[in-house]
Amino acid sequence: MNLTYAIPGPSILVTGTSSDSHTWNLVYLQLMLEEMGCRVHNLGACVPPALVAAECLGDNPDLVVVSSVNGHGFHDGLRLIEELRARPELAGTPVVIGGKLSTDGLRNVGLVRRLRAAGYDAVFENGDLTRFRTLVGRLSARVAS
Amino acid sequence: MTAAAPFGEFVTRAQSRGALVVQPRMGFGDPALMREGLAATKAAAATTVGTLTLDSYTRVGDDESVARALRENAPLNGYPIVALPRATSLAVLDGLRDATFPVQVRHGSPRPEHIFAALIELGLDATEGGPVSYCLPYSRTPLRDAVASWRRSCLMLADTAGHGVVPHLESFGGCMLGQLCPPGLLVAISLLEGLFFAQHGLRSISLSYAQQQNPGQDRQALAALRRLAADLLPGVEWHIVLYAYMGVYPRTHGGALRLLGAAAELAVTAGAARLIVKTAAEAHRIPTIADNVEALELAADRAAGVRRLPDQDGAEVYEEALALVEAVLSLDHDVGDALIAAFARGLLDVPFCLHPDNAGRSRSYVDDHGRLLWSDTGAMPIPASRAGHPARRLTATGLLTALSGMQHRYDEGAP
Repeated sequence: MNLTYAIPGPSILVTGTSSDSHTWNLVYLQLMLEEMGCRVHNLGACVPPALVAAECLGDNPDLVVVSSVNGHGFHDGLRLIEELRARPELAGTPVVIGGKLSTDGLRNVGLVRRLRAAGYDAVFENGDLTRFRTLVGRLSARVAS
Repeated sequence: MTAAAPFGEFVTRAQSRGALVVQPRMGFGDPALMREGLAATKAAAATTVGTLTLDSYTRVGDDESVARALRENAPLNGYPIVALPRATSLAVLDGLRDATFPVQVRHGSPRPEHIFAALIELGLDATEGGPVSYCLPYSRTPLRDAVASWRRSCLMLADTAGHGVVPHLESFGGCMLGQLCPPGLLVAISLLEGLFFAQHGLRSISLSYAQQQNPGQDRQALAALRRLAADLLPGVEWHIVLYAYMGVYPRTHGGALRLLGAAAELAVTAGAARLIVKTAAEAHRIPTIADNVEALELAADRAAGVRRLPDQDGAEVYEEALALVEAVLSLDHDVGDALIAAFARGLLDVPFCLHPDNAGRSRSYVDDHGRLLWSDTGAMPIPASRAGHPARRLTATGLLTALSGMQHRYDEGAP
């Protein structure tokens, strides 16, 4: 049972990218984040950037988590962050991305740097969940205090 | 072209003489390779039907990307049936599609009118999908739009009937998300899509079910599907198609083929007429023609060694599916409108499906015997005795275990 009277955890918007129809990665993230006490709004698969932006404006989430595993995550992720950062209201919203971001599956320093430069607060390539959990844990502590 | 056998009639006839029809999911962008794949399927030592699986740009109607790929000779992940000239596709099929070898078009499109138009142009008579099963799992297309598009598509296909042509449509409804959907709901959706097809004039259909993790529960599900189809589809020619396990596949060659063998055995013992195979390459790469032929022949060989068994004891899946089907059909005499209303009210609610038109209140889990059960049935009219065990709600770790259970079991040598 949810203890709704307890201190609410951070609100997190989870989303796939525009061309990615995979959803088990998004379901996994939702379950994990809920277990960490977060409130999760999961947008699902094939989400166009404009829709993510609209949902951010409506929800005002504490964190946006973008996940992609179809190999187009780098390109789709860039388009998405450009759309979000173009809106002044979302300039400061924390946004992170992770998954299998390129087709070759290798860690690519240049790719990570470009995603960071375009506005992502963190990039978790090839499922670096430990680092992701640490970030969420820190966010929870901040929201609760 | 030699007169082709109607797809449904071919499969039903094969079943009546004791042969399981086996079918690949093959699709290539290059017409020459596609023809080679069809020829190899036809020549395989098995009772086969051919498949044209379409590329993902064609599925979503992104004509520009198909055109660019064709212009630049870039590889496509399937056959671009809409963009290629009719003459090219006729040449691919010429001499292969005949009375001994029907061909089905497989796609994955929530809005398939352009695909139906193209296959009808080619004189093909069989395809698959459905307004729910090709909308909810893979797209954000509103269910209402998918239902409208599938209505038009069904009418278009049904209109080709006559002069020896009996168009055939298969529901993909027994495969929602591939795994973790309890069988009662899979059987119900397959049945409801079959009823939708029949209501739009189709007289030859197939109902699907995807192999899950417990053979006993799977046999119950296939028995339920047959019993409900016999009751609810009078005057319609129908058969059952089984899909070999659609989840995370074994990595070892032996494990993958053992899992496929189990699917072939399940198909025959539980009365399915057709099997969609998976190959041993599944976990690693896009299967080659040779991978597919190996899978077809192994499945046929395994099927030949077993016989139909009496139905599995227990009516849990049947009762659950019947309750769902009756609740949906009571909403509206039009099956399409009934489906839309049912999802809006959560009377149908696919666990772990993130589509905006899915209520998302239901949850499932896999028990220690591999059976798929409910932890939460949401607003679905599931009989109280089956209403779920909230304590077994999947955790993130549990989800990974459930998704990879078959891979581990079969890679380790058992069962």
